[in-house]
Amino acid sequence: MTEQVDTGRRHFLTVATVAAGAVGAAFAAAPFLASWKPSARARALGAPVEVDISKLEPGALLKFEWRGRAVYVVRRTPEMLAALKAVDSRLRDPQSAQSEQPDFARNEARAIKPEFLVLVGVCTHLGCAPLDKFAPGDVTVSADWPGGFFCPCHGSKFDMSGRVFKGVPAPTNLPVPPYKFVSDTRIQIGTDAGNA
Amino acid sequence: MSSTSQTTAGTTGGRLGALQKWIDDRFPMTALWKSQVSEYYAPKNMNFWYYFGSLAMFVLVIQFLSGLFLTMSYKPSAAEAFSSVEYIMRDVEWGWLIRYIHSTGASAFFIVVYLHMFRALLYGSYQKPRELLWIFGMLIYFALMGEAFFGYLLPWGNMSYWGAQVIVSLFGAIPVVGDSLTEWIRGDYYISDVTLNRFFALHVIALPLALVFLVIAHLMALHEVGSNNPDGVEIKKVKGPDGIPLDGIAFHPYYTVKDMVGVGVFLILFCLIIFFAPTLGGYFLEHANFEPANSLQTPPHIAPVWYFTPFYAILRSVPNKALGAALMGVAVLLFVFLPWLDRGKVKSIRQRGPLFKFFLFSFAIAFVALGYLGMQPPTPSFTMASRAFGAVYFAFFLLMPWYTSVDKTRPVPTRVTYHAH
Amino acid sequence: MRIDMKILVLAAVLAAPVAAFASSEGHVDRALNDVSNRASLQRGARNFVNYCLGCHSAKYVRYNRVAADLGLTEKQLVENLMFTGDSPHDTMRNGIDPDDAQRWFGVVPPDLSLIARARTPDYLYTFLRSFYADPSKATGMNNVALPGTAMPHVLWELQGTQQAVWEGEMDAQGNAQKHFKEFKLTAPGKLRPEEYDSFVRDTVNFLDYIGEPVQLQRQALGYKVIAFLIFFTLLAYALKKEYWKDVK
Repeated sequence: MTEQVDTGRRHFLTVATVAAGAVGAAFAAAPFLASWKPSARARALGAPVEVDISKLEPGALLKFEWRGRAVYVVRRTPEMLAALKAVDSRLRDPQSAQSEQPDFARNEARAIKPEFLVLVGVCTHLGCAPLDKFAPGDVTVSADWPGGFFCPCHGSKFDMSGRVFKGVPAPTNLPVPPYKFVSDTRIQIGTDAGNA
Repeated sequence: MSSTSQTTAGTTGGRLGALQKWIDDRFPMTALWKSQVSEYYAPKNMNFWYYFGSLAMFVLVIQFLSGLFLTMSYKPSAAEAFSSVEYIMRDVEWGWLIRYIHSTGASAFFIVVYLHMFRALLYGSYQKPRELLWIFGMLIYFALMGEAFFGYLLPWGNMSYWGAQVIVSLFGAIPVVGDSLTEWIRGDYYISDVTLNRFFALHVIALPLALVFLVIAHLMALHEVGSNNPDGVEIKKVKGPDGIPLDGIAFHPYYTVKDMVGVGVFLILFCLIIFFAPTLGGYFLEHANFEPANSLQTPPHIAPVWYFTPFYAILRSVPNKALGAALMGVAVLLFVFLPWLDRGKVKSIRQRGPLFKFFLFSFAIAFVALGYLGMQPPTPSFTMASRAFGAVYFAFFLLMPWYTSVDKTRPVPTRVTYHAH
Repeated sequence: MRIDMKILVLAAVLAAPVAAFASSEGHVDRALNDVSNRASLQRGARNFVNYCLGCHSAKYVRYNRVAADLGLTEKQLVENLMFTGDSPHDTMRNGIDPDDAQRWFGVVPPDLSLIARARTPDYLYTFLRSFYADPSKATGMNNVALPGTAMPHVLWELQGTQQAVWEGEMDAQGNAQKHFKEFKLTAPGKLRPEEYDSFVRDTVNFLDYIGEPVQLQRQALGYKVIAFLIFFTLLAYALKKEYWKDVK
């Protein structure tokens, strides 16, 4: 009385339906997961910022915010640039081989135009904002201080290229953000000049 | 003899089988699967009206997931709520889809639930021994109404605001405690940011949790007595030598597979709305709600969303505010008493007489008519019509003890009628 | 014309009372705008920023989204649609001070991001063509679609000036009731009537678009989703029939 059950057909249809269902579920899940990507507003707020450096004096520091973090622009004097090499032996990573930075910063000056240093002002130890201590011999830092950045939280020290000294808590050099010169007096933070 | 070719998968081989045993030794996984699904026997003659239970559960899951993701971007404050919804619609990747899923899902929930309830009226599914099952269902319906009401304020559109204003002020009609009660509900002297924030908490946490527990209770009550069917036959009365009801078939695979088709058809209709007519001409997303809440300007026509309009029509048809509110409450509550109002000896409409059929169909027409009238401005002729249909609505319940006992019924068969399909 | 699928008979039936509603508040002309017409949207965008953005904001609309949806390059966007110092990723805010607006017009001009969803494109199309000369009003103009509106007829140079012709009739109580009959163009504008209608249609088209930018894409996606669902349902149905052979 019972007809022959076509188990082959049954199995095929079951597998096919489950597979189609899984594909459908994946397509249904995709928009939900994608909704976690930065929204248009986040992209707008995190958009590149243009900074006017025409009024920046030599030896002076400009601070502003980008993507929720502090960014420093320093107009380095020729003396500051000349003194960079001398500090190499006291640094953990003088050639900046292991830093969060665009490729063009993998050197001593760590900048597109050596005169202008652009750094993310976030100490690579635990995130405090390093202070500008550019004067060599500034005893508030140490007697043999060559000039650079000093982080007040746990004493990490960085030189005039943001390179980290040996023997301090911070492990790596201060990050360099992606940036480019849109003109001689305007820097755009948030786009990389040298890389794709 | 009902036949299935499903062999109970008692022996899963190798590693997987060892894992299964490890779990089963510590948690009734296979036991639950068998008792609730693969060896739970449901009547084989379930028809179209029986899709809506599983669909209701499906919509609950849809609402939970879409609601969860909306909560990730929505801001529950009077200052930001409206803007945050537009942020979701425009700036959040795929936010528009999540929003439309949720707004369409809310209306879909009520369509499915009303059809689900109507099945119970057709086949007497609320009768003994399923009274408690019916009560749990009614509690789910009340929770759902609350959930929809609280949720509707959240976009903080002008209809949201004024709809909440009107409904909350109904509580002011309660003698003695009315005004204090409305102030207590609002948390403020008017519908404000305070009200919005607490409605948000209720909508996102309290009622969803209550709904989940009520649905579990509802299913447990169902499984305790077993499903009814279109013939109103108690299938457990006729069992085979193996203890399985002769008219029963295992829920899995037969109803899992059938419900999947139901889900497919539902999703087609659901997605047609979402992608081609998400506002559904102003019924699922009202025009007035695309304007921010404005305490100084009411929309030209305040009406609740369509799923509340039958009761709204009853409310407005009574010239006295307190009486209208009371009557509206009674209209909703009467459903609960159906198991005791119904004195019929038979369950299903297939055995009922002409009186019951007349009253049930009149009720259905009245419900739809009241729904339409609830959306219209309260002109004298519309108000008169609301009263007439309201009378039909109440007659269905209040006259039921009479017409169900005198009605000429057919004898209940011992076995279900089933044609292979 | 944008295709609006009335998928359920129920929906079609339910839509009828809504239509009755719209006409009970005063006749509206059909806008017949087509959001898939990119050229129209581009013209409408240009009209909007030139004539509307001075007083009205569209604070939920991002410039770069408009450019992407309308097929404009960033250069075209900045040159044609952006006159302030805003960036493409900014939203269409405007410069009018709310206090000034309140003083000059008695009301702050509403934000227009969602106006087409709140009022319908048909209403907007009618409104922008229903201004008529009315010396009793501060702006010298009134509007049949929104009597007593504080909005001046910013497009008067394009449309010209029209007079409203009223029909008088007595109602049941013996009071004279004024009933709008038609417009009469008394001073021509820079555009002929058909050109002006086109201008307004383009503008309303843009307003329709900014009400819900994703509408340009969701229907195309919908076809694919429905196609998949039909395929899945048919497959599930075949599976169901196969298993239900067991049930006699």
